[in-house]
Amino acid sequence: MSSDGAVEVLRAEHVTRELTGEVPVTLVKNASLTINRGEFVSIMGPSGSGKSSLLYLLGLLDMPTSGRIWLDGEEVTTLTERQIARIRLEKLGFVFQFHFLLVEFTVLDNVMLPMTKLGRLPEKQQRERAEALLADLGMADQLRKRPDQLSGGQRQRVAIARALANDPLIILADEPTGNLDSKSSANVRDILSELVHVRNKTVLAVTHDPEFARAGDRQIHIVDGRIATDGMRPD
Amino acid sequence: MPLTLKIAVTHLNSRRRQTLMSLLGVMLGVAFFMAVSSLMRGSEQDFIKRLVDSAPHITVSDEFRDAPVQPAVKRFPDGAVAISNVKPKTEVRGIRGYKQKMAYIEHIPGVRVAPVLSGQIILTYAGKEQGVLMNGVVPELMAGVSDIEEKIVAGNMQALSSSPNGVIIGRALAKKMNLEMGDNVTVSSPVGLVRTMKIVGLFETGATAIDEGQAYVLLKRAQVLLDRPDRANMLVMQLDDPYASREVAARIEKHIGYRSRSWQEASESLLSVLLVRNIIMYSVVSAILVVASFGIYNIISTVVMEKRRDIAILKSMGFTARDVRHIFLWEGTIIGLMGSVGGLTLGYGLIWALSTLRFQVPGVSVPIEMPVYWGLDQALIACAFAALSAMGAAYFPARKAGLVHPVDILRGQA
Repeated sequence: MSSDGAVEVLRAEHVTRELTGEVPVTLVKNASLTINRGEFVSIMGPSGSGKSSLLYLLGLLDMPTSGRIWLDGEEVTTLTERQIARIRLEKLGFVFQFHFLLVEFTVLDNVMLPMTKLGRLPEKQQRERAEALLADLGMADQLRKRPDQLSGGQRQRVAIARALANDPLIILADEPTGNLDSKSSANVRDILSELVHVRNKTVLAVTHDPEFARAGDRQIHIVDGRIATDGMRPD
Repeated sequence: MPLTLKIAVTHLNSRRRQTLMSLLGVMLGVAFFMAVSSLMRGSEQDFIKRLVDSAPHITVSDEFRDAPVQPAVKRFPDGAVAISNVKPKTEVRGIRGYKQKMAYIEHIPGVRVAPVLSGQIILTYAGKEQGVLMNGVVPELMAGVSDIEEKIVAGNMQALSSSPNGVIIGRALAKKMNLEMGDNVTVSSPVGLVRTMKIVGLFETGATAIDEGQAYVLLKRAQVLLDRPDRANMLVMQLDDPYASREVAARIEKHIGYRSRSWQEASESLLSVLLVRNIIMYSVVSAILVVASFGIYNIISTVVMEKRRDIAILKSMGFTARDVRHIFLWEGTIIGLMGSVGGLTLGYGLIWALSTLRFQVPGVSVPIEMPVYWGLDQALIACAFAALSAMGAAYFPARKAGLVHPVDILRGQA
């Protein structure tokens, strides 16, 4: 806990990600940041600036070439693939631009999947929790449907419910409204905002959408892989 | 149900047509493996049974395994003197003192022995002549070493004892020479003796060469006809355990000196042909399963390609490479096991269908049935091979799936 009472959940120090090859590419350069519990942080920047790459590093989907990352006080850059997978399961929830739901499974099954994998709750409680999450997001009457029977906005709400399934520390969203119409975008933005401001969740979202960014408390601007600015939302 | 299994079942269920085709491949592979293996092993067992049942298990003949050592060689074993053009001493054909030799053999537990004197004779009837191999036998002893009694379709072997001038011939020979039971036939022996003998029995083995080319008479009558009093040129034996023949034959030969040949030795080349035949058979039927496993490889590779996005999301959710591998290994295992179960049913159905077939082969008087083998071992081999091929076929795409890096997929999609 810092002196101002904020609880740190994620910290990156001098994180760099380079791709080796005939032409080496640096995706993220020397990025350092701290995310506290209950923050809604938007990462913005031009296309190809490295916003998604930074999100993947902070979400432990990718490993930095150099630098260190702490999640919930534990350094994660030294862990094995198995340990990192476990942390992703327990402490992180992802929402992507494309819903990335498993099309063969029902809405309910998709949301239950992370809970089943974690195996902490009995099946009955998993089902009840999944139903409650979906009901909170206005999807109570869509439980038995398959993802291809839903609209884009509905699918994204199911993806958010799935991200919340194991009650993660942080929700990482990669352009969650990038593929939605303005009404659905607003809906998803409101849901994420409510998660932070009502349920005290932490959201880290990459976005191109200034409206979405304005819903956040803090904005990080990335230019050419570097954090150009990191500050509270200008009111 | 493990989560990885649940996902695997869902994948297969969502691609029912491809899954069914893969299952069908494994089923046909297992079924054909079983049917061909059953036929081959059935025919092998039938062949060995015929060898064992119809021929003596051990035959002692009036010859020696090695040529007799000449006296000069015995006298000077290391000598430098070579003696050429030495004619071996003329031996009277037949086993000398065969009754004493039989007495020794009769003392070996589980061995039954009978003397036989064989030689060529000519049967003449109504102007027709036919050369046949005459076997002089003791009917009471012959019953214990040969199944010829079971092949007699008219009269019986004991008739030879009650009618010393009796002869038993094959039904095919009787038909060829227009002979019937009770007819008298002229028998001419190589030593110039001519006798009239009465047909007291007819046999039918199903083998034309035997049915047209052999005859049975009383041993004493054969000794007279061939002018070999008190001689037999073969001692034929049957054992309670036919597979001990090789060892028993070696023991007898060591004791009595005459060549003693087991049925395995007599049929060595045939048995080695069976082995080669089995190797060829298993190679061919295994190839069917290998082809089926390529089908499985194909479907699972396709699923892995199609499901790269799902693999990425599962990994982002916390699935490890091992979990992802398990999903696709389950898919191979399910196809392998279900295909095996279906293949077993189909395979046994095919075996049953084959067992009902009957063929009339030219030269063989009785219809031939397909000899099939119903043993569970071939089914287990087929299923094990199918399941292993399926898992092997699934392993490579599964491994590839486990190596998918989610970020590569997410970047490509975004």
